[in-house]
Amino acid sequence: MSDWFNKTAFEIREAVAQGDVSAREVTTSFLDRIEAVDGAVGAYTQLWNDDALAQADAVDAKVKAGEALGALAGVPISLKELICTTSGETTCSSRILNGFQSPYNATVTKKLLAADAIVLGKVNMDEFAMGSSTENSAIQKTANPWKLSCVPGGSSGGSAASVASATSALSFGSDTGGSIRQPAAFCGCVGLKPTYGRVSRYGLVAFASSLDQIGPLSKDVRDAALALNVITGKDPLDATSADLPAEDFTQALTGDVKGLKIGLPKEYFVDALSSEVRTMVEASIEVLKAQGAEFVEISLPHTDYAVAVYYIVAPAEASANLARFDGVRYGFRHPDAKNVAELYVKTKTEGYGKEVQRRIMLGTYVLSSGYYDAYYLKAQKVRTLIKQDFDEAFKQCDVILTPTAPAPAFTMGEKSSDPLEMYLNDIFTISANLAGIPGISLPCGLSESGLPVGLQLLGKAFDEATLLRTAHCYEANAGISLGTPPIA
Amino acid sequence: MSTISKSDVAYVAGLAQLDLDEAATARLVGEMNSILGYMEKLNELDTDAVEPMMHAMALTNVFRDDEVKPSLPRELALRGAPLHDDEYFLVPKILDTEGGGA
Amino acid sequence: MEFEAVIGMEVHVQLNCKSKVFCGCSTNFHAPPNTNVCSVCLGMPGAMPVLNREMVTKSVAVGLALDCTISRWSKMDRKNYFYPDQSKNYQISQYDLPINHDGFLDIEVDGKSKRIGITRAHMEEDTARNTHTLGGGHSGVDFNRCGLPLLEIVTEPDIRSADEAFAFLTELKQILQYLGVSDCNMEEGALRAEANISIRPKGTEPFGTKTEVKNVASFSGTYKAIEYEIARQTQVLNEGGKVIQETRGWDDDRGVTFSQRAKESAHDYRYFPEPDLVPIVVDEAWEKSIHELQPELPAPRRARMVADYGLSVYDAGVLTQTRAMADYFEATTALAPDAKKVANWITGDLQALISNAEGDIRVIKITPTQLAAMINLIEDGTISGKIAKEVLVDMFQSGDDPKAIIEAKGLVQISDTGELEQRIAAVLATHPAQVEEFRSGKEKVIGFLVGQVMKATQGKANPKMVNEILRKQLSN
Repeated sequence: MSDWFNKTAFEIREAVAQGDVSAREVTTSFLDRIEAVDGAVGAYTQLWNDDALAQADAVDAKVKAGEALGALAGVPISLKELICTTSGETTCSSRILNGFQSPYNATVTKKLLAADAIVLGKVNMDEFAMGSSTENSAIQKTANPWKLSCVPGGSSGGSAASVASATSALSFGSDTGGSIRQPAAFCGCVGLKPTYGRVSRYGLVAFASSLDQIGPLSKDVRDAALALNVITGKDPLDATSADLPAEDFTQALTGDVKGLKIGLPKEYFVDALSSEVRTMVEASIEVLKAQGAEFVEISLPHTDYAVAVYYIVAPAEASANLARFDGVRYGFRHPDAKNVAELYVKTKTEGYGKEVQRRIMLGTYVLSSGYYDAYYLKAQKVRTLIKQDFDEAFKQCDVILTPTAPAPAFTMGEKSSDPLEMYLNDIFTISANLAGIPGISLPCGLSESGLPVGLQLLGKAFDEATLLRTAHCYEANAGISLGTPPIA
Repeated sequence: MSTISKSDVAYVAGLAQLDLDEAATARLVGEMNSILGYMEKLNELDTDAVEPMMHAMALTNVFRDDEVKPSLPRELALRGAPLHDDEYFLVPKILDTEGGGA
Repeated sequence: MEFEAVIGMEVHVQLNCKSKVFCGCSTNFHAPPNTNVCSVCLGMPGAMPVLNREMVTKSVAVGLALDCTISRWSKMDRKNYFYPDQSKNYQISQYDLPINHDGFLDIEVDGKSKRIGITRAHMEEDTARNTHTLGGGHSGVDFNRCGLPLLEIVTEPDIRSADEAFAFLTELKQILQYLGVSDCNMEEGALRAEANISIRPKGTEPFGTKTEVKNVASFSGTYKAIEYEIARQTQVLNEGGKVIQETRGWDDDRGVTFSQRAKESAHDYRYFPEPDLVPIVVDEAWEKSIHELQPELPAPRRARMVADYGLSVYDAGVLTQTRAMADYFEATTALAPDAKKVANWITGDLQALISNAEGDIRVIKITPTQLAAMINLIEDGTISGKIAKEVLVDMFQSGDDPKAIIEAKGLVQISDTGELEQRIAAVLATHPAQVEEFRSGKEKVIGFLVGQVMKATQGKANPKMVNEILRKQLSN
C-alpha cells in the first residue's frame, strides 16, 4: 500500500476522482498511519474507523456510478473536539462534557459531509479551547510530532499534530486568539483563521462568541483554499455569519505578488521575539521581495494592549457561554448533589479543569457589579482602537507580515505554572481576532533544535483571496519543504 | 483599580457557582491580582471619546421569519440528561426560597 | 399617620408569535412536556439564537400603542443567573437599550383620568416551567415555555392604589388584545403582573422600602394583593416596625401575601451585550409601516362611538371591551341604523347567548348582516321584539337567516287590520264580563284582553295594532 497519507487533500481528491485510487484505500492508509504513530503523538481522542470506511465506500460507489463528487471526496479529515457531530461525542476535552452526544451536526460538519470528506474522528484540544499548549485537555496529552517532549501548541493542538504527523489530510479547528495559527506554527503546517463571519459558528461550542472562528489546518496553502471553499457561506442559523457571494479561493493562487504591498508592523519585531524566529521571518521577506512584493513599515500602535483586552473580553464571554454546563440537560452531573445549589456548584467545580475555572473567575469578575465599566467596557473601547489600527494600516498595505509566535514550541510543563506568561505567548495572534480579520500561519523553516517556525500573514476583512495568494507565492518560492517528521 | 481580596474571590466564585477550597482561593487571589494588575495598562489610554466594539461585524437586523420548524423528538432531547423520567428533566427538588425566575 | 401607596408594575406579556423568539419551535401552550424544544432553546452546546422578526414588529406595535419612543438602535443582552428555569443559565433580554422606552398610558378611575408613565417595554425570552409535584424528591423541568417571546412592560411608580393598578392592567390588556399581539390568558401565564409596592407618609417625597408581589394569576388577585400589602405595610409602620425589601407571593385562598425570599444584596446579573446577535435597527420606515397597520385603540374608539353613534359612555365602554365586539357592533349598525337598539341587542341577548355557550363573538354563527336583518324586521313590523328573542336563539344555534326562520316557523307578525279585527271580536265575544268591566270604567282590564288576543294568535299579533283595535271595538 502506498503512502497516501503523505499526499495533500488536493492530490487525494484528484486521484479518487480519476479512479487512480479508491477512497477506501486512501482511508485505510490513514487509519494504518494512525495505528502506527498516534500512540506516540496522541492527537486523536476518538477514532471512527468503521464509519470512515463506510463513508469511503459510499464515495467509491459514487465514483463507480459516475455521480458528481464533492470537493473533498475521499479526503480523510479530523475535527476538533468542540465541533458538534451526531457521530461519537463532542466533549471539548472537558470532563463536564464527558460522554456528550450532540443531537445535531454543526453547519461545518454538514458542509464537510456534503463535500464527501471522510471523517476519521476527533482530535484533542485545550479544554474549551482555553490554552496554548493542549496541556489543558482533560482527556490526554498530545505531543509535538517534531519533538515529542514539546507541546503541539493550542488550543487546536490535536488538529495541528494530526496534520503534521500525517494522520489526517485536513483538520478543522477553531481560533479565538490564535488557536489555529499558533499550533500550526508549532507543528509546521498551514493554519487559516478566516474573517469573523466567514464561516458559520453554528455547532462550534462557544468559547468567546465575538472572537471564535472555525478554520482549516492543512499541509499546504492550496489545501487551505480548498477547505475554505467548502466551509464558508451565510448560515441562517448563525446571525453573525456574513452574506457574501461564493468564491473559489483556489483560483486566487496565481503565484503573482508583483506590486503587492506588504506591511511590517514595527510593534511585532520587538525584544520578546527570539532572534532565531526573527532571522527566519526576515528571510521570508526576501523571498517575497524577490517575487516583486513591496514592503512598507507600518505601525499598529495599540498592539501592546491586545493581550489585556483579550483576557478581559474572552473570559467575560466565556463565563456566560460555559454557564450552561450544569448537569441538568446533558453532560457530567455530580452524583452527590442534594439540592439545586449543590448540583451547580459540585458539578462545575469537579467538571472543569484549573484553567477553565481561572478564566470563568476572571470573566465573572470583570462583568460583576462595579467592575463592568473599568474592565469590560474599557476593554471593548480599546478593542475599537486596535481595530482602527488595522483599518489605518490597510490603507498603506494589502497584507501584513509578522511572526506567528515569539518562539518555537516549548517543552511540556515549561510554562503552565504561570498563567500570565502563558497568555503573553499569544501576543502576535490575538489582535486578528479582536479586529475580526483573517490570518494564516505557514512554515518558514526549522529552528536549530529542529522545531518548525511559523510566519503569519494578516489580511483585510473578507480578503482571504489576497491572503492566500501571498501565502501560496511564499510557499512556492521559499524552497522550504518540512516533509513529515520522523516520529520517535 | 483595587486589589482582589480573598472575599472578592469568594464572592465571584459564588456568582460563578464554583466551590473553592482554601488553597484554590489563595492561588486565585495571587493569579487574579497578577493578571488584573497587568490589565491596569489599559488605563494609560484615554478612551472617553471611543465607542466600545460590542460586535465583531458591522451587521444589523439579522432575523428569522416567524415559521414553525420541527422540534427535536423528545427521546433525543432527553437522551443526554443525567436524570429524566421520559417527560421531564429532573433536578433535586426546588424549594421556594431558592429564588431565580425572570 | 396617614400613608400613601407608591406602586410600579412589571407586566410580562407573551407575544403570540407562531414560533419561539430564537428558534423555530412552536409556541403552542398545550403540548406535552419537552416536545416543543430544540438544540437552541435547550441550550445545547454550540447552538445559536436568531431573532424572530415578528417579535420585533409586535414589540414595536405595543411600544407605539403606549406612546413610547422607539429605539432606532437597540440590542439584546445576556442576563446571567443560575436557576433550573434556564437552559443557558443566562436569559437573553435587553438591558440599557430597550426597544421601547418613555411612554405612557392614560387610565380612568372614578371618572378621573390619570397618566401612568411607561419606563420601558423590552424584549426577552421566557423561562422554562418547573413542576414540583412529581415526587421522588425531584422537580421536573419542561422547556416548552423556554424561549417564548416575552415583552416586559415596566411602569413608573405612578400608581397610588389598587383601583389604579386594576384600571391600568385592564386598559393595558385591552390594548394588547386590540393589537392582536397576545392572547393575554392569565391562567396560562400569557400575561403576568408583578407589583412593586411601598408606602410613604402622605405629602412626603422619598419612597419607602418596597416589596415585590409575584405570581398572581388574575387582575382581581392583583387588586386584592395590593390592598393587602398596603394594609400590611401600614400596620408594620404604625407598630413602629420596618418593611423588609423582599419578594412576596400571593395566596389567593387565604387572601394574604407571604414572604418568598429576601432580595439578597441585590442580584448581580452581569449584563453584557449578546455577542451571538447583531444590533436591531428600527428605522423610520419600519416604524411607520408598523404604525400604519395599527388598529384604532380602545380609548379613541370609545370616544368615537359616543360621538358617532350617540351611545352612552357606558354602552361605548361595554362594546369596546374587545375589538371583536366593537367591530361586530359597527358592522351591524352600518346596516341597522338605530345604534342604540343594535347596542342593546349585542350587549343584552346576544352577549347572554355567547356567555351561556362559553363562546366567542369572533366565531359565532350569526353574522352582523343577519343581526341587522333581524333588527330591521322588528323595525318594519314583520316580527315583534318578543318573537325576535326567539328568532335570535334559533339564529345562534343554526346560523340561518332570520327571514328563513320566521317563514319556516310562521312567526310573521299579524298586522292585517281585517284579520286582527276578526280575532279581537272573537275574543271580546267570549269575555263579556271583562268587556262590561272595562265599559264601567275599569281601564286595567285591557291588559288582560290584550293578553287573550296574543294567546289566541300565538304571540304573532302586532301588539301596537291590537291595542288600537281593542280600544276602538270596546268604545263602540
